[in-house]
Amino acid sequence: MANQNQDLQLDDQGRLRHFLTIDGLGRDLLTEILDTAESFASLPGRPVKKVPLLRGKIITNLFFENSTRTRTTFELAAKLLSADVINFNVSVSATSKGETLLDTLRNLEAMHTDMFVVRHAQSGAAHFIAGQAAPGVSVVNAGDGQHAHPTQAMLDMFTIRKHKGDFTPLRVAIVGDVLHSRVARSQILALNTLGVTEVRVIGPRTLLPGEARAMGVHVYHNLEDGVRDVDVVIMLRLQNERMKGALLPSQHEYFQLYGLTDERLENARPDAIVMHPGPINRGVEMDSAVADGPRSVILQQVSYGIAIRMAVMSMAMQVRTAAASKEEAPA
Amino acid sequence: MSHPGNISITGGRLIDPANGIDEISDLHISGEQVLAIGDLPPGFEPDTTIDASGKVVCPGLIDLAANLREPGQENKATIASETVAAARGGITTLICSPDTDPAIDTPAVWELIRRRAKACAQARVLACGALTEGLGGEHLSEMAALQAAGCVAVGNANRPLANTLVERRALEYAATFGLTVFLRSQDPHLKSDGCAHEGAVAARLGLPGIPSAAESVAVARDLALAEHTGARVHFRSLSTAAAATMVGEAKHGQLLVSADVAAHQLHLTEMDVDGFDSLCHVDPPLRTLGDREALRRAVADGSIGVICSDHQPHEEDAKQAPFPETAPGISGLETLLPLTLRLVDEGVLDLATAIARLTVGPAGVLGLPLGELGRGRTADICIFDPAAVWTLDPAGMASAGRNTPFAGWEFRGRVTHTLFNGRVVYDHTQDPRP
Repeated sequence: MANQNQDLQLDDQGRLRHFLTIDGLGRDLLTEILDTAESFASLPGRPVKKVPLLRGKIITNLFFENSTRTRTTFELAAKLLSADVINFNVSVSATSKGETLLDTLRNLEAMHTDMFVVRHAQSGAAHFIAGQAAPGVSVVNAGDGQHAHPTQAMLDMFTIRKHKGDFTPLRVAIVGDVLHSRVARSQILALNTLGVTEVRVIGPRTLLPGEARAMGVHVYHNLEDGVRDVDVVIMLRLQNERMKGALLPSQHEYFQLYGLTDERLENARPDAIVMHPGPINRGVEMDSAVADGPRSVILQQVSYGIAIRMAVMSMAMQVRTAAASKEEAPA
Repeated sequence: MSHPGNISITGGRLIDPANGIDEISDLHISGEQVLAIGDLPPGFEPDTTIDASGKVVCPGLIDLAANLREPGQENKATIASETVAAARGGITTLICSPDTDPAIDTPAVWELIRRRAKACAQARVLACGALTEGLGGEHLSEMAALQAAGCVAVGNANRPLANTLVERRALEYAATFGLTVFLRSQDPHLKSDGCAHEGAVAARLGLPGIPSAAESVAVARDLALAEHTGARVHFRSLSTAAAATMVGEAKHGQLLVSADVAAHQLHLTEMDVDGFDSLCHVDPPLRTLGDREALRRAVADGSIGVICSDHQPHEEDAKQAPFPETAPGISGLETLLPLTLRLVDEGVLDLATAIARLTVGPAGVLGLPLGELGRGRTADICIFDPAAVWTLDPAGMASAGRNTPFAGWEFRGRVTHTLFNGRVVYDHTQDPRP
């Protein structure tokens, strides 16, 4: 329930303690994240400035799933905030020797970690760690199972705002494997919270949740119809294992039906932008001509990811720092 | 703990659904048997008198599905710990599931459990033997030997058979010996890696779903095979409205089938999983409010004749992980009666029907001469105070498994005494726990 997320994620003044999911966060807080990120975002041609906000803090990247890209942007964001970063690659570490997740967590806490950035293959992993973490420790979800990837969603919102300004008149289409996508779940929540006119999901029924309508989206099975008059097209990555699970016949047929081409993009608004969380399967989700074309903002998404992660980490940590100094102050 | 002797239980409201009795009456026990109901028999001198005025006196409860974890998983629970919990919950007979380690697929494993349980002497422990060797779903177990050793049913625990031909043969073979077969109907392919009901909550939380069709497909298949083989089939732990309807219709069609539902399924729904509450991770999963209402109606109209605990005690660590990685199950022995009485408070069942679903209902599934209170019957008795209000604190549970989502729930109705084979095995006034 949204309330349970609020209890865990927000302090009693509604400020961010952990960043686990978009679910339960209000429009003001999402806007605050975007505004904070704006202050970190580099101007064209100027390098991002290092700021001392998290000097002396230790941030541990706790990645139970491999992800070079996300881990690197989190690491870069932490370093630009002057924090010290530990990369804990769990697949070659303790859990492969049988240590439980909880024991791993306790050990890293004993090393005075102030913040965990967690990626895990199971839905709910970040909630679990946040529920178990010591009171002074923040948790940022870098993707858990099929549940949430809130920093990815926020950098997508940031990208959209950069190009479109206001969210309210927008129609956004999300194309592909929504069912298994933590990115799509977080995007849908963020878009609806920020008040867009319409969110559409497009794909075959095997890749869309049966309860899609309850998530506040309109369902399309035809790409041409689905992208008609939209302002933003978000393509999702198609995992190869979807063919093995009998969800799709072939990459070929998928591209025939749902691959984004310049021709199909004609149905969207003339100024529509195309996004993708990466990495792209060229010729599966989209034509190279679209990926590299004038409407693609895919590479901007990557660089905005650093600013968003700086914003989220500094906001969560500031609450901690404020709370700690209040406790230390003489009564 | 007192030794068998003469006991009089006086002034209680005697409810014995099997015999249609609901009256204020005394009950007298001699040795292991009920000697008389009503007036003190001439020459009978009780060694002990239990004042049951204001309380309900009913047959000891029978729980068709309990995991005792011994042998093999003593880190979770033991026969000793769980039979104490049963006595505390008013349960005098429990049927242990075959998924011990090793499984109950040979008389030797059952013999070990039987001896331990006998030594504990807190409750009658009976066994559901394995339907297939090692519960592997491929080779039939030696059912005749298991039956000869005392197993009262056979089943494949929580591992439904994928192969329909093996299931057909297993049902035929069990029917040869008149053995009741417990089936947990769930299509393993449709379940896949699912860990929550495939519905709005799982969609939002990104939890792999188990569709309702995983149960209805399997129930349809199992009903067809029950009809074809003539086997006596008992459906374990139903979770969907569709399955309850199908089994209810089959019963009216004179098929020899019966069904049970876990007590928690009658109170919780998919909404309780929200926030990734691993204590609500159960299998079959908690379904929709509509399913819960349909299950309640099925219990009321008798389509589902048994409420069981589906007791699955776990060590704390088993629930301390991301939701899909936690072990499913609830430690349910001590909440079986309270959750059932809550249905009476909520107007779903009358008190006699509620007790019937915990006594004569399960006894009937297995043809056991238990679950009723006539003269000469085994003196297995549960006495509870229907007005006692209390709050569940897991720290005060007798079960080694404290994994319950009902912590902090306020219940009305609490066991004060449990008599097993004519002996008092639980006396609330002597209970050191809160």
